[in-house]
Amino acid sequence: MAHEHKLAIFRGTLKFKSNVSKIWGVFAILSIVTVVEVALGIIRPEVLTGNTFLAMKLLNWVFIILTLFKAYYITWDFMHMRDEKSSLRRAVVWTAIFLISYLILILLIEGDYIYEVYKNNYIKFDF
Amino acid sequence: MEATVAKTGTEGKTWGGGNRPLKASYGKLMMWFFIVSDALTFSGFLAAYGFSRFKFIDSWPIADQVFTHFPFLHGVDAPMYYVAFMTFILIFSSVTMVLAVDAGHKMEKNKVIIYMFLTIIGGAIFVGSQAWEWNTFIRGDFGAVETKGGKILQFLDSEGERVALSEFAVSIPDVRSEHMEKNGVWYEGEQTSLTTYSYPEVLKGFLANDNLLVRTQYYDENGAPTVLSREESIAKLQNEGVLVVEGANLRHNEYGPPLFADFFFFITGFHGFHVFSGVMINIIIFFNVVIGTYERRGSYEMVEKVGLYWHFVDLVWVFVFTFFYLV
Repeated sequence: MAHEHKLAIFRGTLKFKSNVSKIWGVFAILSIVTVVEVALGIIRPEVLTGNTFLAMKLLNWVFIILTLFKAYYITWDFMHMRDEKSSLRRAVVWTAIFLISYLILILLIEGDYIYEVYKNNYIKFDF
Repeated sequence: MEATVAKTGTEGKTWGGGNRPLKASYGKLMMWFFIVSDALTFSGFLAAYGFSRFKFIDSWPIADQVFTHFPFLHGVDAPMYYVAFMTFILIFSSVTMVLAVDAGHKMEKNKVIIYMFLTIIGGAIFVGSQAWEWNTFIRGDFGAVETKGGKILQFLDSEGERVALSEFAVSIPDVRSEHMEKNGVWYEGEQTSLTTYSYPEVLKGFLANDNLLVRTQYYDENGAPTVLSREESIAKLQNEGVLVVEGANLRHNEYGPPLFADFFFFITGFHGFHVFSGVMINIIIFFNVVIGTYERRGSYEMVEKVGLYWHFVDLVWVFVFTFFYLV
């Protein structure tokens, strides 16, 4: 069985000499991103909490984007997606992304609708 | 090398993995199938959490005001540091796992043993930390009063610092003891167990301390929970308070809506269960490595397969961390 690994990340701009050094490199990236996330979560900068985009605070967008960034590197480098056939990669990734995006979209719109009903109508239900 | 491979009984059988669709072996493909379906399960939970949060968007608790504890540092306000620590532990155990997989590719048995062992330790620390988180959350912090409408009223002093019930509640001699399932009618205990202080005791203490204020769950225009004036506080507590809440369980939650606690228990519990089973599977594989099963088979692919599962658990935590603790 051949075990060739693709050793370049960041679209080929960062190349590692061996698979082991790539693993440590990815660990460093994930750690930095986590530290940034926690720091932002504690500081909560005014600029990011005060402004919104698509009805959500910029800070939350930053968190979601950083999370997807981390998820990408965990899947691609720790789970070796980078080394798999593109057909396998697409079968796994696009299926999940499509279904999850759809579910989230529907449920959040519905949740917001119910919030409006509670707020602007006579229904006062609580659980 | 290939000639010495111990047979697994699947050679040449299409559905036994004899040939390799998408250039991945049967076992690896099946693990990916499982991971995709499990990912959908977890996204169902997290999306349901988002749904409930959007439904109560003006009164949902902010996690870094709930999870503020760190082991051995009592009374220190340490929002999220411990969860961040848990995240590091899990990411690091992912690193040791992928190093074990890499050592397996090179057929370095001793390295695989060391890295697998470190992974198991990391997983155990994580599960232990989660148990501690649960314990802290269930035991609660300052205590609160629940209203008729099921909303939570918390107590602040004039400086805006939280005040625990024990600091002001006045003891009223009360002979009522908790009705248990074992006394009286069979299997009919009380709906909620008795709290350290009763509602009248808290009310009496509140009226006796002029500097105390009530904080509701609703956010004001600055996005901070509304603090009522002294008169409003008294009126609110007297007219609407019914029950003292200490800590959190599936029915009552001193930090906010019971749904928040329900989702916390369910999502982190389900994830913790995955970590626990991951640790168990890792232990089995660890002993298989130690006794040389994969050395004889000539392939450490089994380590790679449990590795996939273990990384998936880490991946899920990355999302739980964001949507439960950060956002």
